[in-house]
Parts: sequence; C-alpha cells; structure tokens
Amino acid sequence: MKLPIFLDNHSTTPMDPRVLETMLPYFVEKFGNAASRNHAFGWAAEEAVENARKQIAKLIKADPKEIVFTSGATESDNLAIKGVLEMYREKGDHIITSSTEHRAVLDTVKVLEGKGKATASYLPVDKFGMVSPEDVRNAITEKTILISVMLANNEIGTINPVKEIGKIAKEKGILFHCDATQGVGKIPVDVQDMGIDLMSFSAHKMYGPKGVGALYVRKKNPRVRIVAQMDGGGHERGMRSGTLPVPLIVGFGKACELCEQEMAKDTVRLIAMRDRLEASIMKALEESYLNGHPTNRLPGNLNISFAYVEGESLLMGMKDIALSSGSACTSATLEPSYVLRALGVGTELAHSSIRFGLGRFNTDDEIDYTIKKVIEIVTKLREMSPLYEMAKEGVDLKSVQWAAH
Amino acid sequence: MAYSDKVVDHFNNPRNMGSFKKDEEGVGTGMVGAPECGDVMKLQIKVQNDTIVDAKFKTFGCGSAIASSSLATEWLKGKTIEEAQKIKNTDIVQELNLPPVKIHCSVLAEDAIKAALADYQKKADGTLTNAK
Repeated sequence: MKLPIFLDNHSTTPMDPRVLETMLPYFVEKFGNAASRNHAFGWAAEEAVENARKQIAKLIKADPKEIVFTSGATESDNLAIKGVLEMYREKGDHIITSSTEHRAVLDTVKVLEGKGKATASYLPVDKFGMVSPEDVRNAITEKTILISVMLANNEIGTINPVKEIGKIAKEKGILFHCDATQGVGKIPVDVQDMGIDLMSFSAHKMYGPKGVGALYVRKKNPRVRIVAQMDGGGHERGMRSGTLPVPLIVGFGKACELCEQEMAKDTVRLIAMRDRLEASIMKALEESYLNGHPTNRLPGNLNISFAYVEGESLLMGMKDIALSSGSACTSATLEPSYVLRALGVGTELAHSSIRFGLGRFNTDDEIDYTIKKVIEIVTKLREMSPLYEMAKEGVDLKSVQWAAH
Repeated sequence: MAYSDKVVDHFNNPRNMGSFKKDEEGVGTGMVGAPECGDVMKLQIKVQNDTIVDAKFKTFGCGSAIASSSLATEWLKGKTIEEAQKIKNTDIVQELNLPPVKIHCSVLAEDAIKAALADYQKKADGTLTNAK
C-alpha cells in the first residue's frame, strides 16, 4: 500500500490509465483542429471527437447531437442557466433551485438575481438532504422558466428524486436543468427516463481528464434553445464557440465508455468498502453521526460528524489520507458547510464533519488503514477537547453561555 | 495550506494537555470561544506566591488553535502574574508563523490567558475577603 491515500474522489478522480492511453496520439501525432474541414488532420480530429460524443451520449442515453462540449461542469451550469434565462426572457424570469446545489449553480443564480435579471426560489431539503418534488411543484409560478436541481450532492452524496421532478417540469412545460456532475458515471443516468432537458457533467469526476465537460441540451420534446455565453466561431452548433480540446474530449469519451462497462462492478466494490468503513468507524466511536441519506446516496460517499472534535484538526492528524471537511477552517469564508447547515446539522457538528470519497482505485488495505487512523485520531483529539470533557462530566453544552467571537 | 513545523510539532506533541480541578487552590481557569465558531479553548494556571508554577490546556479547534494554546501553556510556566499579562497574540503569531487566516487562533489564546488570570485574581480576592 502506498501513502498518501486518496479518499477525496468527490473533488476529483485520478485518471484511468486506459483513458490516458487513448488520449496520447491526439497531442503530437493527430493534433488537428476538429473544425478544419479541408484536410486529413482536421478529419482525423473530427472523427475522434464524434466518436467520443457517441460514447458520452450512450452513457446518459442521449443522442450524440445533444452533447455540447465545455470546459467543465461549472461552465455547463453557467451556460445552461444564463443561456435559458436569456433565451426565454419573454416567458418569465423565475428559477427554482435548491439550497444544497453546488456553488456553480447557486452563485450563477445569485448573480443573475443581483443584476435584476432573474428571481429565484431556493428550496429547502429534508434532513437527509433531499429535495421534495412537491416543494418544486408548489414553488412554480407563471413566471417560472427553469428548474435546476442536482442529481447527487457533492458533500453528502444524497441522490435527489430527479425523475419525479422531471415529470412535474414536463407537466408544467418548464425546462429542467440537472447538475449531474457527481452522478454521471457512478449511477445509471437516463435523460429520457428522468425527463431532463439540460444536464451538466464533467470528465475529471469520472476518471477522465480535467478541463473538459459537457452540457446535454435536449433536441426534441421539447427542443431546448439557449443563448451562447461564448461568442466566436460558432462551434458546437452555435452554443459554445472555441476550438475543441480534442485529446481531452477523446479521454472524456473513453472515461464514459469505461464507466458504462464497469459501473456495476465498481458499485458493488465501492458499496462494500464504504459500508465497512462506515460500520467500523461508527461502532468504535460513540457520538459519530452520518450526514446525508442512509441508503439513497452515491456508492463512494461517506460523510460523518465526530462530536467534540474539529474537522481541520482531524485532517491534520491524518496527513497521509487525503480527505475533506465541512469545517470552516478549511474554507476561506470561515463559515462551515452550507450543505450540512441546510440539512439542519448544527454548526458545531458541521465543523466536525469529514467527507470520505471512495473511488475506483481504492483498495481494501487502504480502507483498513483509514479505519485505524480515524479511530486513533478522533480518540486522541477528544482527549484534548474541553467539550468532550464537559460532556463526560454531564454538562449540557447547549446550556453553556458561550462567548462567540 | 501548509502548516509551519512548529504548529505541526505542537499539534503532534501537545505540551501540558490536561486539566486541573477548577476549585483547587491557586487555580485559575479561562474558557473562551464557542463551539459554533469551531474553536473553544480552556486554559488553566496554577499559581503559588504570585508565580505560575503549572499550566494546562484543552482545545477544540483546528491545528493552529491547538498549537497556540499549547505554546501559551509553555510560556506561562514560571512567569509571574504581571509577566503573564504581557503575553500578546502577536508573539504567538510570530513564534508559530501563523498565516493571516489563523490569527484569530492566537487572539483566542491571548483571551484564554487573560480569562485564566482574571479567574485566578477573582478567586484570590475572594479568599482574601473571606479571610478578613
């Protein structure tokens, strides 16, 4: 086993070596511009791009013509939301989204609101982090033109009832955008069955390269139109100008193909490892709390709060394991995770959370090591924690008059 | 963000971690911070003849908060009450090489020192009054 161990697969994933292999010829040998229509270099590039488009479309049950390449999911989210809002401005300006969306969605909506270009409803989530389809229905007004709800959450892994939301959107004739960055490649996605009109996803979350993503844009029932946010050569059917990064796209395609072939196998392995990690930790450490949905969540996700210890110190004590925390101290804002807060997790427990993100390349040995380390460091830091001491003495921490700073 | 070697050292080998009984003679206790803010420090001093003969801490917080309070206990030992009053958060920042986002940890440590000293003073005054 090699240290450090990477258990932060929600932030990014290592590229699958098979993906790299397919990309390599497209840097030096087959370097053509896919938009060059008049020579063999261009044709080779175009062929590679169209092949990748097919592989990507197949994974999400779309038509290849419905795939628009972007630089990643952040750009896809921006393009979908801003593009729809500009295109359908005359119909209305109201967007429905949820409070646990990724910042790429939330900040895009907030910026539009700030500029007076949109009005928005931010739906709450239940204690597991799930959006209620009924809430979506009730939030719809005459002015609603877009519903944007994520497939699976990046912190807690909770999977939303996207199909039900898609059904409501269709019934009301409102477009449905889904940020599926964490879900595509990990769980089955079918844009037809789920009634999704626009969908953002990215290669580097599924063992592909960084710097490329896609926006699925439905072509029929209904034909979705968006205003381009990047002007230029009119690439990608006029929706996103810019020379296509052929090697990245080839890698993206291969990554999708591999996910499709290995999803079933990966899922079984990941769930077994994740459940073992969860059970071993929870059994050994009292007052550890699972954040997110107990069952309906991404196979590789585990988010736990360890009462009385702070997240960043936990990470510091496990320097040879790459993890992430909802603690404020790891962010620039000094506010703990807004996702955990939205589930109703108390601020102090949000500060105490650790996100484990398992992926295709993690091994059982790594999980054993992690279990041992987590138990060791939580125990050590609790010994050091005045809060743990007080709790053991029977002091109700909620009754203490703290001097907030 | 990378931690300085000194922060890592204090974090891995905390000095004077533990507790005194609050009602023990000569003990002053300072508890500052709030769980919602992500850091709480408990700092205790044991005073004999106006000199701090021992100090202990327990901290809930990030590595820099733990290191700041650990360092504070090291510095407090052997100091008189008057000398201890002069410990500044900036001294801690300098010693531990804290980055700007972690300065609040040093401020909290200074607050904890002040709170422990004040608590000791209050208890000492109380004892004097009782004696009279």
